[in-house]
Amino acid sequence: MSGFDGILKICSPDCILARVAHNGRGTALSLITDVQGYRRPIPGTQPEYLHPAYVSSIKRAPTQPLVVIPHTLSEVTGPQFGKEDIAPEIFDLTRQHAGEPLGERMIVTGRVLDEDGRSIPHTVVEIWQANAAGRYLHKWDQHNAPLDPNFTGSGHTLTDAEGRYRFITIKPGCYPWRNHYNAWRPAHIHFSLFGPAFATRLVTQMYFPGDPLLASDPIFNGTPDEAARQRLIANFDWETTVPETALGFRFDIILRGREQTPMEGKA
Amino acid sequence: MKLQPTSSQTVGPFFDIGLRRFCCADLLVPGLSGSRITIEGRVLDGNGLPVPDAVVEVWQANAHGKYAHPEDTQDKPLESAFKGYGRIATDDQGRFRITTIKPGPVPGPRGTNQAPHLEISVFMRGLLKRLVTRIYFPDDPRNGADPVLALVAPERRGTLIAKAAPGQPDRLAWDVVLQGAGETVFFDC
Ligand SMILES: [Fe+2]
Repeated sequence: MSGFDGILKICSPDCILARVAHNGRGTALSLITDVQGYRRPIPGTQPEYLHPAYVSSIKRAPTQPLVVIPHTLSEVTGPQFGKEDIAPEIFDLTRQHAGEPLGERMIVTGRVLDEDGRSIPHTVVEIWQANAAGRYLHKWDQHNAPLDPNFTGSGHTLTDAEGRYRFITIKPGCYPWRNHYNAWRPAHIHFSLFGPAFATRLVTQMYFPGDPLLASDPIFNGTPDEAARQRLIANFDWETTVPETALGFRFDIILRGREQTPMEGKA
Repeated sequence: MKLQPTSSQTVGPFFDIGLRRFCCADLLVPGLSGSRITIEGRVLDGNGLPVPDAVVEVWQANAHGKYAHPEDTQDKPLESAFKGYGRIATDDQGRFRITTIKPGPVPGPRGTNQAPHLEISVFMRGLLKRLVTRIYFPDDPRNGADPVLALVAPERRGTLIAKAAPGQPDRLAWDVVLQGAGETVFFDC
């Protein structure tokens, strides 16, 4: 029984159910590990692979159940980058060219935290986005909207000691796609983060408050939990807004937190 | 305070605008120890068609079995120029190629050892969250005692083990098969 006690100590009830349900062979005990793992998400707070409304998931989502594995040294470590790796840092996407890009200038800032609210300092944040007309500077983007010679649409930075990041950019336009008839993506910025471990890797998208396209977007709605979806929407923020200069939006990003105790000696 | 992790969203079709910065198909650095290998493969969808817009990421230990990470406290040599990280976008035919060294074994749960392996993330349009898998090495006797391979049904383990080209043990092939016969084993991790 001591092994099962171990699981009870490190997991929320949802997490235990998720583990047992996932491996389905009663081998939950074998998941105990002696590194301090990362918590598993509460069901519904992350998307499933197969989400038929998102048509391209149909031929790309795995059909076999995932194999649940314990976190080992391989998963609790992960790539680490420093200032020299990101140089030159690009946090101001409005100053990458001779002129300024068209569009509503804005500041996007927030903190990268773990589930316990601890800041994640000095971690890479990468972003990419369409221009104000809803066009990406990409060979496969055939949307009949103008490119902006003064906008590349990508940036990368490191969070500071308090886990804070800050980008200056322009508000991306909405753009059509071919998922279904008259499909348009709500305005969004793509985000990519590493965090402290292989297990904390996250790619997500940030949306804007009040966007009427959110309700019909299969990607946004691929996350079943309503509160989890709402957390993908940035907050307009007067404190971040700079007079005469730029609107401010806040978007905090939460990466997985640690399980409470390493399972040293439990078997 | 208890927060919930931010939901994952797809990388979409245009990721290489944003992810170009850390693209790296060749992990080698001058003076690196270990035997040099290349791993070539394709990402294939449920129709067997190549996926030309996937990105494959690698995380691995060095030849001594040491990760370039502060939580790896093993008393093994760290080769500080070696990040152990790669990021490769697939080409128009869904192909990718990784040049690196074979990692050493690393510790597993409860005193076990894990056979040499690469940790792999795969991102693409159509996937609302990444796929996680591993690449193991052919004919490595340590595979038989690997605690993660042991969690995989024996008939599917082969999808995690690269194949060597005839007579060329350093030239490996490994595909990501998203669906159907030979579907790659993916992990919940
Ligand atoms: Fe997009």
